[in-house]
Amino acid sequence: MTSLTDLPSQTVPLLQVSDLCKTFPIGKGTSLHAVDHVSFDIRPGESVGLVGESGCGKSTLIRVITRLLDVTSGTIQFDDTILSTVAVRQFPKSPHRKGIQLVFQDPTDSLNPRFTAYDTITEPIKRLEGGHNKAQLQARAAELADLVGLPQELLSRFPHQLSGGQKARVGIARAIALNPKLLVLDEPTSALDVSVQAVILHLLADLKERLGMSYLFVSHDLNVVRLLCDRILVMYLGKIIESGPVEQVFNHPRHPYTEALISAIPSFEAKPHPIPLTGEPRSPINPNPNVCRLYGRCPKGEDKCQQVMPTLKEVAPNHWAACHFHN
Amino acid sequence: MTLHQSASSTTATDTVTAQLLSVENLDVEFRTRSGTVKALEAVSFAINPGETVGIVGESGSGKSVTAFTLMGVLDRAGKVANGKALFQTDRVAVDLLREPESSLRQLRGKELSMIFQNPRTALNPIRKVGKQITDVLRCHTDLSGDALRDRAIEMLASVRIPDPEQRYDAYPYELSGGLCQRIMIAIALACAPKLLIADEPTTGLDVTTQATVMNLIKDLATQQQMAAILITHDLALASEYCDRIVVMHAGHVVESAPTHSLFRAPRHPYTAKLIAATPEPHKAFADLIPIAGNLPDLKATTIPPCRFSQRCDRYEPALCDQAPLTRQQPVPEHHVACWKPLE
Repeated sequence: MTSLTDLPSQTVPLLQVSDLCKTFPIGKGTSLHAVDHVSFDIRPGESVGLVGESGCGKSTLIRVITRLLDVTSGTIQFDDTILSTVAVRQFPKSPHRKGIQLVFQDPTDSLNPRFTAYDTITEPIKRLEGGHNKAQLQARAAELADLVGLPQELLSRFPHQLSGGQKARVGIARAIALNPKLLVLDEPTSALDVSVQAVILHLLADLKERLGMSYLFVSHDLNVVRLLCDRILVMYLGKIIESGPVEQVFNHPRHPYTEALISAIPSFEAKPHPIPLTGEPRSPINPNPNVCRLYGRCPKGEDKCQQVMPTLKEVAPNHWAACHFHN
Repeated sequence: MTLHQSASSTTATDTVTAQLLSVENLDVEFRTRSGTVKALEAVSFAINPGETVGIVGESGSGKSVTAFTLMGVLDRAGKVANGKALFQTDRVAVDLLREPESSLRQLRGKELSMIFQNPRTALNPIRKVGKQITDVLRCHTDLSGDALRDRAIEMLASVRIPDPEQRYDAYPYELSGGLCQRIMIAIALACAPKLLIADEPTTGLDVTTQATVMNLIKDLATQQQMAAILITHDLALASEYCDRIVVMHAGHVVESAPTHSLFRAPRHPYTAKLIAATPEPHKAFADLIPIAGNLPDLKATTIPPCRFSQRCDRYEPALCDQAPLTRQQPVPEHHVACWKPLE
């Protein structure tokens, strides 16, 4: 996993997102800026973690990338093809539909209660590949069940007959059924117990190694992101405010928000008191483009922060932060 | 802490006790169509005034059932088969499990209160949040009219809600998850209870909001000298905010100890495994070790006496096939229910 961080920078990115915006009109010329000029890329075989608090636009961003929502402006390039111009309704017919798959947050809600595990796992194969006979499908389902460590006798069960960990495995098997190049994981372990969470994290690490997928791992559990990802993107109110190699961001956060986020992680070890973020986040509705989004909650905020929006600057190799006071 | 001394000290409880709450040998069963589920068996622990105690364990370990039983809000299928829960009120010690509903209503919200896991479903969606605070005050205090409103606004301010006067008239859907949880805390603490039961109060909240909510509970508990039970599956969170921790597995209390002692030297194999399975800053991926196996079926007619024995790698046939009820005390205040505890 660590060797991937040293990939030569000329490697062609698998996913390249540039200047992506997504706004939702909420009437009378006002709009909610959910994703605001976001740019990043994911290289083949790389795991990128996306963290931020609820309401910061993580889910909107992944819905735009997985083409479940239309783009307001900006481009998404996946494997040499511009996907941002493909309409949401046309995307299921796109050859790239197979290449991007999602693992959802709640393993119970994201499975069809009237589908057996077998139906769930073979559904994407039937829909997007087609042309398989029953024996082939059964062989594929058995192979996938083995891959995710789901006992084959459970394939005939319905979701309510499976445990949380088993349902999570079914969700993962469905997502990897078509050998996607990019797997988007939306808080895949937040509904699981620690004992099961550890199993699923090991499974995900193992699958990545065996199938060579890239991961976009969305979570608000920073400990989990640290274990599984090579690079981390920190999002705050629609903007990426810090990005860099995971260990470096954890050990030397440069943005006050990242610092607060990391200091708030509960741990067994005694540690200095968490850095408090006071007050409520600013409104994402028609935000002033010249005021830093964290202004008002930030312990470092000064006049400059409400006059000039800080932009991402490279503060160390591959480590970017958007703060006037990144030192 | 009375795990095994409980039998000898019960006679003395009526006269004098330093403990605010003492739960002794609690058994709870659920009758279902497919059999009786023995959800809790011989659960014993005690809370001292002003102390924060964490109850941790996987889902299905009986944490929430314990809380619901103490509050007297157990589902109708649930039945207390045995046990006592002595709660020290101003005048007398009452057994929460035998008290009639009418006097429990006097206690709930005033002497002991609870905050629930999901604030959005626990709050009344069609009632202004301020009104939901005054409901509690109207039940338990002599306040009326403007005094009620003023006190509710004061409570909103004490849980650090910005613009409390305006927020008094807000509905739950208008507030964020963190703010809703603070409203719940304001309702729970409106009458300055002696004991607060917090059932996963921060699950579903962000880490930054979690820190704010937990610090708030801790600060208010210190100010009001209130004891608290924090129910969580997050060991790291419990370790930061609790004085003592009770570890539950499949309806048994397997270990209970002061926080630092528990994390420095866990004695029960289950506690050690839970700690090993928790992701932590500075923990390598290879050191994150899953717990094998599942909780035993609590509906079965024969549940192994040690409910962890089937998942335990220290299992020894003859020895571990007896109920591990003799609690050993490796160090003072550190109790473990295991025949072969870790050294």
